[in-house]
Amino acid sequence: MSSNATATVVRTGAGSRFVIYTLLALFCLYYLLPLYVMVVNSLKPLSEIQAGGMMSLPDVWTIAPWASAWSTAQIGVEATGLRPFFWNSIVMVVPAVAISTVLGALNGYVLTKWRFRGDTIIFGLLLFGCFIPFQMVLIPMARMLGIVGLAGTVPGLVFVHLVYGIGFSTLYFRNYYQQFPTELVRAAMIDGAGFFTIFRRIMLPSSGPIAVVCVIWQFTNIWNDFLFGASFSDFDSQPMTVALNNLVQSSTGVKEYNVHFAGAIMAALPTLLVYIVAGRYFVRGLMAGSVKG
Amino acid sequence: MAQGAQSRRGGNDWLREALPKLVLSPSLAMVLIFVYGFIIFTFYLSFTDSRILPSFDLVGWENYSKLFRIRAWDTAITNLLIFGSLYIVICCALGLALAILLDQKIRAEGFIRTVYLYPMALSFIVTGTAWKWFLDPGIGLQAVIRSWGWESFTFDWIKDGDMAIYTIVIAAVWQTSGFVMAMFLAGLRGIDNEVLKAAQIDGASNIALYRRIVIPQLRPAFMSAFVVLAHMAIKSYDLVIALTGGGPGTSTEVPATFMYSYTFTRNQMGIGAASATIMLMAIAAIMVPYIYSELREKS
Repeated sequence: MSSNATATVVRTGAGSRFVIYTLLALFCLYYLLPLYVMVVNSLKPLSEIQAGGMMSLPDVWTIAPWASAWSTAQIGVEATGLRPFFWNSIVMVVPAVAISTVLGALNGYVLTKWRFRGDTIIFGLLLFGCFIPFQMVLIPMARMLGIVGLAGTVPGLVFVHLVYGIGFSTLYFRNYYQQFPTELVRAAMIDGAGFFTIFRRIMLPSSGPIAVVCVIWQFTNIWNDFLFGASFSDFDSQPMTVALNNLVQSSTGVKEYNVHFAGAIMAALPTLLVYIVAGRYFVRGLMAGSVKG
Repeated sequence: MAQGAQSRRGGNDWLREALPKLVLSPSLAMVLIFVYGFIIFTFYLSFTDSRILPSFDLVGWENYSKLFRIRAWDTAITNLLIFGSLYIVICCALGLALAILLDQKIRAEGFIRTVYLYPMALSFIVTGTAWKWFLDPGIGLQAVIRSWGWESFTFDWIKDGDMAIYTIVIAAVWQTSGFVMAMFLAGLRGIDNEVLKAAQIDGASNIALYRRIVIPQLRPAFMSAFVVLAHMAIKSYDLVIALTGGGPGTSTEVPATFMYSYTFTRNQMGIGAASATIMLMAIAAIMVPYIYSELREKS
């Protein structure tokens, strides 16, 4: 997609360059403003926010809101803080990402190197499954999780994310393996290598880049999910996003804005960290999920 | 399978033939049951008198005719149209403008791109929380500007039933426009510079270059952006819940929140299923032609 990643040849004069840089800087402020608001207000006492000081740096710096959000804030009825729910999200994300990535790799391998009649239709079915409004599956999924005893559990959420994550992981690996020389696979077949041998020895060693993209995509999507978490978890199995929403929406007592901001940053940190460390791959993932390069 | 050499001519031909399909089949089975089977189930429920629990007694089109008589659904559809069109138009305009600006051999391009894009990594619940308090007249922007001395400054859209839907546009645009920028930037980087050089020699102005040559070539990027944004608009649920909770009153209700509340809190499952079906139709109308054309191009 960005194979010839060269900037435009359009020339701009000094005056317009000044305007361009000013505009770009202003938009940097626009995008950074909410993050700034979250960070500074999570580090100041509530009274400063209530006095209309949301935009200013703290007069008194404090990490008490962070401590409260993490371990003592009221989530729903119990004062547990966000800690147990952060852990829920981790326990949910890791297996869901790992399994959906492995299945996606195998599916992509089959759909590009072991093609058969109707494989495009199957891929189309998988792909459309990525884009359905999940409202369409909430009712039967709630019933089914209840019947098999997974309702309101973290494994139930893992299952749901796995099912609806396979489409995207398959999409990534299929598009990537499509570029991979089929002659190499053919030659290995003629040499007698079997299905899994070829996958392990030939496909896997060159799958690093797409595996990173897929893992990042699935991680951000599943970590950030709210709808499934809100629908299929009960109090003990809530993921982080649902717990954060409960913290912010709880109507009892004084609204502790600083605690809310600290909690919001906690919920954002894992994906933000992934984005900062592997931003390049993150963008590629977003693009592949939409433009399908 | 490492001994494939022997089995190649042996009796394992069937297994060898079937193995790829066997590997694919669990995923296919899951998708057939949990996507398509469930879609059929919900579709069926939309024609039944299901209330708190699924029921299988058919009532024809009753749920649909009821649905379109409910004022909240009317609000939800209107809101989706307002939100969706503004969201798509503003994101595309802003994304394209930023991409063009960022494509002018900018010094700190990498850094700026990172800043524009990071909101996309956040959960809508986080975005919603940040904007909810930032837009809150009591402590946010309005209070801050007033404390700076502009006593009459008023910005209370989030508490105003007529304006609250626009606050959702503001937060959603903040979250996604950087991503649309990245899509257009990728498109810009794919444009053939030779044509531009030739036009420059012919004396075309920069504005003409963009209007006549560059932007027309970005059609695929526009298409993709439209599909992604429309799809996100129809599915938007988290942001509304976090930012306004559908309120004040039902003024920011959208189909996704409507479906949830009718199904799970008002125990009108039949009507909830009907509203979900309509959401699916809307998304299918956008996604099916897109997926179809993508798959045809590939093969």
